[in-house]
Amino acid sequence: MSMNSTAAPGLGHGLDISGTTPTPFSRLVRVEMRKAYDTGSGRWLLISTAILTAVVMAIQLAVGISQDDVFLTYNSFLTSTNFSIGLLLPVIGIMLLTSEWSQRTAMVSFSLEPRRPLVIAAKLVVGLALAVVAVAIALVLATICNGLYGALGDDPVVWNAGVAHTAAFVLLQVIGMLTGFAFAALLLNTPAAIVIYMVYSFVLPGLFELGAQLMDWFDRIRPWIDFNYAQGPLVDATMTGKDWAYFAVSGFLWLVIPLAIGVWRVLRAEVK
Amino acid sequence: MTLDLGSTAPTPFSRLVRVELRKSWDTRAGFWLIASIALIVAAAEIIVLAVVVSQDESVALGDFVGTAAFLTSILLPVLGIMVVTTEWSQRTAMVTFALEPRRPHVIAAKALVGVALTLVTVVVSIAVGALCNALYGILQGGADWTFGWDDFSAFLVTQVLAMLGGFALAALLLNTPAAIVFFFVYKWVLPGLFEIGAQLIGWFSDLRPWLDFQSAQEAVWEWSSSGKDWAELVVSGILWLVVPLTFGIWRILRAEVK
Amino acid sequence: MIEVQGLTRKYGTFTAVDDISFVCQPGRVTGFLGPNGAGKTTTMRVMVGLTPPTSGRVTIGGHLYRDIPNPGRHVGVLLDASAQHAGRTGREILEIGARTMGLPGTRVDEMLELVSLTASESKRRLRNYSLGMKQRLGIAHALLGDPSVLILDEPANGLDPAGIRWMRGLLKGYAERGGTVLLSSHLLHEVEQIADEMILIGMGRIVAQGDKKTLLAGAAKGAAHSFVTALDNQALATALSAKGITVASAGEGLRVESETVEIGRTALEAGVVLTDLRSGEGGLEDLFLELTSDTQREAMA
Repeated sequence: MSMNSTAAPGLGHGLDISGTTPTPFSRLVRVEMRKAYDTGSGRWLLISTAILTAVVMAIQLAVGISQDDVFLTYNSFLTSTNFSIGLLLPVIGIMLLTSEWSQRTAMVSFSLEPRRPLVIAAKLVVGLALAVVAVAIALVLATICNGLYGALGDDPVVWNAGVAHTAAFVLLQVIGMLTGFAFAALLLNTPAAIVIYMVYSFVLPGLFELGAQLMDWFDRIRPWIDFNYAQGPLVDATMTGKDWAYFAVSGFLWLVIPLAIGVWRVLRAEVK
Repeated sequence: MTLDLGSTAPTPFSRLVRVELRKSWDTRAGFWLIASIALIVAAAEIIVLAVVVSQDESVALGDFVGTAAFLTSILLPVLGIMVVTTEWSQRTAMVTFALEPRRPHVIAAKALVGVALTLVTVVVSIAVGALCNALYGILQGGADWTFGWDDFSAFLVTQVLAMLGGFALAALLLNTPAAIVFFFVYKWVLPGLFEIGAQLIGWFSDLRPWLDFQSAQEAVWEWSSSGKDWAELVVSGILWLVVPLTFGIWRILRAEVK
Repeated sequence: MIEVQGLTRKYGTFTAVDDISFVCQPGRVTGFLGPNGAGKTTTMRVMVGLTPPTSGRVTIGGHLYRDIPNPGRHVGVLLDASAQHAGRTGREILEIGARTMGLPGTRVDEMLELVSLTASESKRRLRNYSLGMKQRLGIAHALLGDPSVLILDEPANGLDPAGIRWMRGLLKGYAERGGTVLLSSHLLHEVEQIADEMILIGMGRIVAQGDKKTLLAGAAKGAAHSFVTALDNQALATALSAKGITVASAGEGLRVESETVEIGRTALEAGVVLTDLRSGEGGLEDLFLELTSDTQREAMA
């Protein structure tokens, strides 16, 4: 085994750090991006999301063409991503963060970059970038499916895509990713974060609905605390001033607070 | 030289079950899962009690029990999943299968633990429900102790089936996050999709009862159902329980444990 | 240079590290020695900012770890070779480290060659690595940034004898070129052969420090004893007993409460042929066990 012929490390008692530049943020982002897909589980999660998106749209297309009473538009193809991207993007957001803990790589990540806020911010940027990529894939697939629908079906093809709709769609996916990320930061545990996210997105809306029907006072405060409900008008891109207020308050509750507590926790945590 | 095995009894199944039961709650993850189930149930019952008392609504024992049971049914299967998958994620399967190489016994013990925990939570749900109903009686001056035993036994069966569904997915995937995602999709998203599909497509509406395990479980709720309902339950059950469980166990038995 | 000043780390009522201070000099290999659970790993984790200290501080080359820009280029760290994603290949793990530090990809090949991981081994996922392979990868990761300070927790763990010898040469060479090396171990023999300086820790406290000679000189000298084997043990034992020297049988030979020179003289006078004669002084091992005896798990005989 040969000794490596590297330059002699500096003599003397002090460490000369004047020639070293701090790790630039862009490099952290690139490294975190790579870490998102270089493991078997990470790659499969990304591929499954893309495949599921395509499969759901293909089924939708097949139903639309074969059934006369089903009428589809460009937007209905986009809405179907609720069952693909909407489902898995938050899981991607969760695993970006929690896998550092479950696989104990946080020890290495934080010893190579002790400025932990930068590492978390880099992961957040990666999450947002993945959300944008997912949106781009969804838009392309929806365009293809709607084109095929027009070509193969009897119904007239409707391209009801507007800037507002697209922006709302991007915002929705970004929120999904951020919610997963926030729960992950809060819990730092993959199964717990996924369970909480699933309960939050599938079970809680039903409970809120039930509560609102039973109690008048709850019905009045619900829009302020139910983040899923507050996102409703966003889907149709019909947000009013009041809707934005609901959105901001409930989003603060479900996004900002867990994220803030979570980040505070990561910054102080003993990394094992 | 051969080992003298004459005086060593094989590990009895009951001991495996006791050990697996202990392993389900002696880690922080398991403990917190069970603790959160208890906390969520307690919080929900207090809310329900406060609401019905303040709104002057009339409720019966069955409503309180139902609340507790609904909430446990969300998280309990996660415990069933983790009983299986943590052996892989934490690599304890190496130890477990070294101490008991008869892997089917270990898997059976785990399944039994899942079912036992389900029964325990159902009993706890009833106890909590009775307590709340008694409190309701004190506060409102009189409680309604009506409780549908038919519904209860149906609930018990569907809970066990839900737990086994999680268990089967876990055995198939041997990966905690994947199994949890799949389970929630199966339990909460799929029924909606089946419903939409059945409304839109004629032939799918005919096929659906044979595919949709959860709607087929309606048969359990109405004991007087026809033979066809039961046949649908069996067919969809094979699809969602037996097939994944068989593949999963086959995989565990053959897997190189790392 | 690593400087630990009055470092304490408590977990509730348990004190893992109790007010310790020491210095690791450049150009020297410092061995950090102690029984299991003595506080070695906790101390090293505080050094690199993964564990916040309860009180006290650690500086590396005069800086707190978190104030060192791109610390991988200055301080090489190996705390736990298994703390890597099981689903990444060995090469990918180094690749990510190199990218974080802003190093060219060629550095990864250099490091793989340095630790003798073959191209096909480097393409395997970490979950399929043996303990020794993980350890080699961990050492490669620590050396990636060509740091002038190395902090290695149990680096010889799982290495085969050839690997341990290679690592000794590597670290000695590193120190000779002016680097600071701190390595921990619970195996004295391992540290003895490589460390210029030793810090002995037990139950979170430093029980002794210095180079090998100082440590041995400072140790209380017990009554000398030797081990001897002769062609005729019985005759030798009789001759020694006649001089009033205590003899007991030990293994194939005898344990004699005397200096070796006295035994040699007696053998010559008695005309007995010796096949083995050595001093029974336990050296550092005795000292180590003695110093940490209050803190050992097993009661000392």
